Amino acid sequence: MKTVSKLMAALCLFTGLFAASEGVRADDAIKVGVLHSLSGTMAISETALKDVMEFLINEQNAKGGVLGRKLEAVVVDPASDWPLFAEKARELIEQHEVDVVFGCWTSVSRKSVLPVFEELNGMLFYPVQYEGEESSRNIFYTGAAPNQQAIPAVEYLMGEDGGSVERWVLAGTDYVYPRTTNKILEAFLKAKGVAEEDIMINYTPFGHSDWQTIVSDIKKFASAGKKTAVVSTINGDANVPFYKELGNQGIAAEDIPVVAFSVGEEELAGIDTGPLVGHLAAWNYFMSVEDDQNSEVIEKWHAFIGDEDRVFNDPMEAHHIGFQMWVQAVEKAGTTDIDAVRAAMYGQTAPNLTGGTAVMNVNHHLSKPVLIGEIQDDGQFEVVWETEGVVPGDAWSDYIPESARLMSDWTEPFSCGNCEKPGS
Amino acid sequence: MSDWKGRGLSGNRIPGTAALAAALLLATPSAAGEPSEADFHAALQALDTQKFEQKTQAIEHLGALGGPRALEALEALAKGRLYVRKSDGRVVITERSGKKYLVRDAASGRSEAEASKRELKKVKVNNRLRRLIRGVAGRLALFSDHPKRRIEAAENLIKNPDPEVLPLFRQARDRETDDAVRSNLEIGIAMLELEADDPALRRAAATTLAETSDPDIRSRLEHRLRSDAEPDPEIRNTLHAAVEAIDRKLWLFGIAENLLFGISLGSVLLLAAIGLAITFGVMGVINMAHGEMIMLGAYATFIVQEIFRSIVPPELFGFYLPAALPAAFLVSAAMGVLIERGVIRFLYGRPLETLLATWGISLILQQLVRSLFGANNREVANPEWISGAVEIAGGVTVTLNRLCIILFCLAVVAALAAFIRYSRFGLNMRAVTQNRSMAASMGIRTGQVDALTFALGSGIAGVAGVALSQISNVSPNLGQNFIVDSFMVVVFGGVGSLWGTIVGAFSLGIVNKFLEPVSGAILGKIVVLVFIILFIQMRPRGLFALKGRAAGD
Repeated sequence: MKTVSKLMAALCLFTGLFAASEGVRADDAIKVGVLHSLSGTMAISETALKDVMEFLINEQNAKGGVLGRKLEAVVVDPASDWPLFAEKARELIEQHEVDVVFGCWTSVSRKSVLPVFEELNGMLFYPVQYEGEESSRNIFYTGAAPNQQAIPAVEYLMGEDGGSVERWVLAGTDYVYPRTTNKILEAFLKAKGVAEEDIMINYTPFGHSDWQTIVSDIKKFASAGKKTAVVSTINGDANVPFYKELGNQGIAAEDIPVVAFSVGEEELAGIDTGPLVGHLAAWNYFMSVEDDQNSEVIEKWHAFIGDEDRVFNDPMEAHHIGFQMWVQAVEKAGTTDIDAVRAAMYGQTAPNLTGGTAVMNVNHHLSKPVLIGEIQDDGQFEVVWETEGVVPGDAWSDYIPESARLMSDWTEPFSCGNCEKPGS
Repeated sequence: MSDWKGRGLSGNRIPGTAALAAALLLATPSAAGEPSEADFHAALQALDTQKFEQKTQAIEHLGALGGPRALEALEALAKGRLYVRKSDGRVVITERSGKKYLVRDAASGRSEAEASKRELKKVKVNNRLRRLIRGVAGRLALFSDHPKRRIEAAENLIKNPDPEVLPLFRQARDRETDDAVRSNLEIGIAMLELEADDPALRRAAATTLAETSDPDIRSRLEHRLRSDAEPDPEIRNTLHAAVEAIDRKLWLFGIAENLLFGISLGSVLLLAAIGLAITFGVMGVINMAHGEMIMLGAYATFIVQEIFRSIVPPELFGFYLPAALPAAFLVSAAMGVLIERGVIRFLYGRPLETLLATWGISLILQQLVRSLFGANNREVANPEWISGAVEIAGGVTVTLNRLCIILFCLAVVAALAAFIRYSRFGLNMRAVTQNRSMAASMGIRTGQVDALTFALGSGIAGVAGVALSQISNVSPNLGQNFIVDSFMVVVFGGVGSLWGTIVGAFSLGIVNKFLEPVSGAILGKIVVLVFIILFIQMRPRGLFALKGRAAGD
């Protein structure tokens, strides 16, 4: 009995202390929610984004915080479980009263938190390339829209430098991002005069590990005497066995180039890239780009994380840009009030780590450069093509008839994410 | 016609290719005669430019100069191993050695002082240049001393037929002494001679090509037919016959290929399931942490590989895989004993609790590995001896790592079957599973047998992890990808029957692979699952049901 009461007393003391410290912190710190999976299937990609948010907040605090207040990260783990994303988002906004959230990776997790952010009027920065066809008042999309990644990559391959490709394999994992992207790409290719029989579309389940048949089918499809390329929206774990099978079956990039939209430095870390040299990826950022600002950030990142081998990739750069814009918007608005900050976000600029300046547009998408890189044997990419300037992200694709009519502009008086263009 | 002429950067886009081919004709037969080092050096230095047009010319020029060192430099360039040394601007060939680069002067071939990455600047290439280099280097390699290189050159011609080089290839064929190279050259030449002016040549070409079974050649023949480019009706008939002959062969090869892929998938399923056939099949424990035993084996492989990387000389690196086998077995078996003694033994006869407990264990193990090694995939390299593929015939290729897994799987199964059949422990194990109380009263320590049986099942899962690390991700999620398939195989094959597991794995693999080309990977999986559900309705005990007393409880 005695021990029990002692225990109770200790518990009371502990929770009391905890609550007190919470109270003190809540008064002066600006809370930044971090909603990335730290366990489960997506942990492979999302853990690094949690790390980069801690890095950015740490940097900002070293500069004196924002509005004279310190920033504090509130990290939760939605565990790669889509409904849990919505619950955790609610927890961040209602219980922790965060002023902004940086989070999500897969489109399905974004779709799952979207109603929560709209209901509670939160603010989410989403850092990953995605399929477009969405524009929410409460989400800023700092990753690429299809016109900033998929379309330029296909145009590159059609051109002389890319090998004048005439036959296309669209291979993807079976979920919303690849299906929507491939729908857009198919419409785009047909608009460019590619015949139906020159397009092969193939979907595989998440985590598909036996690629023998598909790789062999691709080889057969490519033997029709026309230059063939593979556009891969294969996501996550399935990529390693896919690339291993490609390498082992001897499909060289000179014969059948594979351009991927979900394979970055982080994903290549698990593969021997020797046989894959020359296969391509399209992103808005590559770690290997020689730029003073890029090397400075990478150096600081390595110092923060304490590991020289950690990579810096496109979604991490997107968080870097999004965070910087948010800080500037808060300072411009002079408050962390969501509506005031949102109004201050439009037209915010931040330097891209690969040179040039990213701009936040009124449709909540960024203007960013598009880069195409070839895989090197050290697991990095070498840029072989880039856009002249920045490309504004397009929420609604021009190649899908029903969405070509739509536009997004969140400033007054239009203030709508999916309305018909005036006068169309 | 136009659709292949533009390929490989040949044809009319780059001026002077014809002249170059002529120059090659003169230069190559005297390939032994080295160009002067000064010329060669100048040609090499021309590669140091940002402009792809200039690089293109430099590559063509190097090709025209010829000689083994030009070939070496071009190949190094294609592989991204050609650098410019910043200090003196000379073009060097590098070889990575840890953090440093071993440097050789490209013009003279002399080895020079090592350099760090900062002192070097890479000569950039892209796919377009790589294709060009392959063409140029292919022409040089045609007169190489190695038959293998000459075959590659001939195959390159088959893939990228370029009429400009026809005389060169004819010359190479006439000099060729090796039969395999010769027949490859004949095919390449025949592809080009399909368009010759002389009908006799065209007829001979069509006959030669009918013997092949390459889809590339088939599409070329068909293209020739469809575009009505062949005036002679008799030759058109020969072409028709050739297309049909190739089609027949391709159909046969297609079946062979599916069968092979099916066996390969089956062997992967079998490897993943065989440990479960013991823990679930023999002991009746629903072990949801089985996948994590595979994962631990894969991570053990990773650790052994890292040890080999740091302390064993690089030429022995390939042996890390066999060395990883006992390590993986021991790690997973030890974890198995721990789980059995710590948790499962209290839950015998309570399948639902076992299921929940082992599922919890699987989550704990996953997060443990994630905390220790990070959430990222770990790179487990394929050793040299199991990289690449063997071409069996006409485009039917099977990758070496898959072939090794088939053989390895059979070896594991044979060893396990022999162990259970002939060893003392195997006898005890069978006795305990058949009738526990009778076995106990005969003096068998059933608790110990349980622990060891579970260890054996787990250890074999670990060994499977070594094999699966070669074709899959080594990540904390590795096990999850295989757990459902493993249960499917064991339940389908018949719980408790090793043979059932074997037959179950291979039949599921083969059925899956025959379905996949027709229905796609996703629908194929669904069809297989539905089939198993229906099958279990009819035969609840699987393919090979155990008979007798054990089957009753």
